[in-house]
Amino acid sequence: MTARGMADRVLAREVAAGARLIRWLEDDDPRGAEVLAQLYPHTGRARVVGITGSPGAGKSTLAGMLIGELRRRGRRVGVVAVDPSSPFTGGAVLGDRVRMQQHAADPDVFIRSMGSRGQHGGLARASFDALLVLDAMGYDTILVETVGVGQEEIEIVSLADTTLIVAVPGLGDEVQAIKAGLMEAGDIFVLNKADREGASQAQRQLELALHLRTQHQPEGGWIPPVIPAVASKCEGAAAVVDALDAHAQSLADTDALKGRRAARAYAVFLKLLRDAATRRLLDAALARPDAAVLIEAVRDLTLDPHAAAQRLVARLELAAP
Amino acid sequence: MAPPLRVLLAKLGLDTHTVGVTVIAHALRDAGMEVIFTGLKQTAAAVAATAIQEDVDVVGVSSLSAAHMRHIPELARLLREQGGADKLLIVGGVVPEEDQASLHEAGVARIFTMGASTQEIIDYLNDWRRQRDAAASV
Ligand code: B12
Ligand SMILES: Nc1nc2c(ncn2[C@@H]2O[C@H](COP(=O)(O)OP(=O)(O)OP(=O)(O)O)[C@@H](O)[C@H]2O)c(=O)[nH]1
Ligand SMILES: [Mg+2]
Repeated sequence: MTARGMADRVLAREVAAGARLIRWLEDDDPRGAEVLAQLYPHTGRARVVGITGSPGAGKSTLAGMLIGELRRRGRRVGVVAVDPSSPFTGGAVLGDRVRMQQHAADPDVFIRSMGSRGQHGGLARASFDALLVLDAMGYDTILVETVGVGQEEIEIVSLADTTLIVAVPGLGDEVQAIKAGLMEAGDIFVLNKADREGASQAQRQLELALHLRTQHQPEGGWIPPVIPAVASKCEGAAAVVDALDAHAQSLADTDALKGRRAARAYAVFLKLLRDAATRRLLDAALARPDAAVLIEAVRDLTLDPHAAAQRLVARLELAAP
Repeated sequence: MAPPLRVLLAKLGLDTHTVGVTVIAHALRDAGMEVIFTGLKQTAAAVAATAIQEDVDVVGVSSLSAAHMRHIPELARLLREQGGADKLLIVGGVVPEEDQASLHEAGVARIFTMGASTQEIIDYLNDWRRQRDAAASV
């Protein structure tokens, strides 16, 4: 199978071909990048919605509910759902899909589970690539569920057109529970588990925090809504999808979409460059004949690791441009 | 390190026995595999579509309610039709001796019944992968 042949099958929306291509990309099979290069001109049509929030907030259940509502509106939906891989074995139980499985046999829905495979930031290394593949296959709305967020796991913000944050009542201080970066970056807030006690308080807290965030922004700018939902009972789906559409419209009206997509492409480029450059420099440094001596000294605890690393880097010569 | 093997674990029809499949899921994860579970009450069509979209290497059906003959041959056929002929199909649970031959004929590579050790299953999957990859590299 040539790269062109595989690209054609993906563009013809052959599910098995798209699925295999994503596999090549996440396994770092060199054929993956080759095919992706062919597909790239056919991407950019899909709207990418990032779904993030603390572990167990109901991200997957909400995604399952949104798929149903988007399908009622005639959209074809792609999903990339990331769960953490074990740092020790590399294994994972990818549990997000179970909550969306009611859509498994729908030919206009494509759900892909991914292990984070050592990446921090809530996504897998190949998440962006998978988005491109689904985009090229004509899925017009793509939902990306991140790993439950921790401290600085806001990579999704740079990848999505719209970032949807799932909050839940009853955590005490809801705003505190949403990490600072996310509070600033969220475009839509869904207060899920609104069937629980404390929902109206949480709603007020979130609205107040968002008011403080947006009160000085220029007229006509996007004001993030806070939408109550009970994902497990499919309540709130229409309101959330309406908000997604309104945000897409707002991005289109203000020309902000172009800016977001440029930033996304640059962020991905920078990450790839960093990874590739690090790997190359590391290989070059470790291959130097004098590296062994330094490493030996570090292992003997006779040379401090800082000094060893700095000495080795200082001896590396970068090729002239 | 080689990328992880991807395994789909499925429950078909009305069978609600979950202990075995849970044990297997955790054992395979701890052996470094990526495990996806379909949840209960699946149709063969939903499991086949899931296996294709997730591009798993292995589809493992857990069956303890005597409905294996109804669902599993259909699943094998759908997998072949939808471009999943290269996936390994295995079954675990309660499958009487007299049904095993026809399941194998339908495309099931191996059946693990009560008391199968998780290590035995892990070794089997790792061996299968080694052979597959060796065959692919010639
Ligand atoms: C516990 C149990 C239940 C519990 C289940 C609770 C739960 N949440 O799982 C309850 C009480 C709910 C239950 C209900 C029923 N049960 Co029941 N149950 C059992 C019992 C006693 C143990 C099953 C078990 O958990 N074993 C422990 C696990 C670890 O073993 P395992 O599942 O076999 O898994 C091992 C292997 O099979 C294999 N394996 C399993 N799945 C997979 C998947 C893959 C991919 C691989 C590689 C390997 C693999 O690896 C595992 C580790 O060795 C068995 C009897 C028995 N000894 O098997 C009956 C049994 C399975 N039940 C039976 C029946 C008939 C029923 C009922 C219809 C009614 C009834 N008479 O009780 C209902 C049906 C429910 C339904 N809709 O499915 C029959 C099935 C007969 C048949 N298939 O011909 C059995 C065999 C009892 C019997 N001898 O009659 N049951
Ligand atoms: N009461 C209530 N429970 C809900 C609601 N939405 C989801 N849940 C339950 O919350 C639990 C977690 O839901 P998930 O959708 O798996 O949450 P998640 O955020 O995807 O979890 P991770 O991916 O593990 O971070 C499940 O038991 C759901 O059934 C809701 O609106 N109300
Ligand atoms: Mg989830």
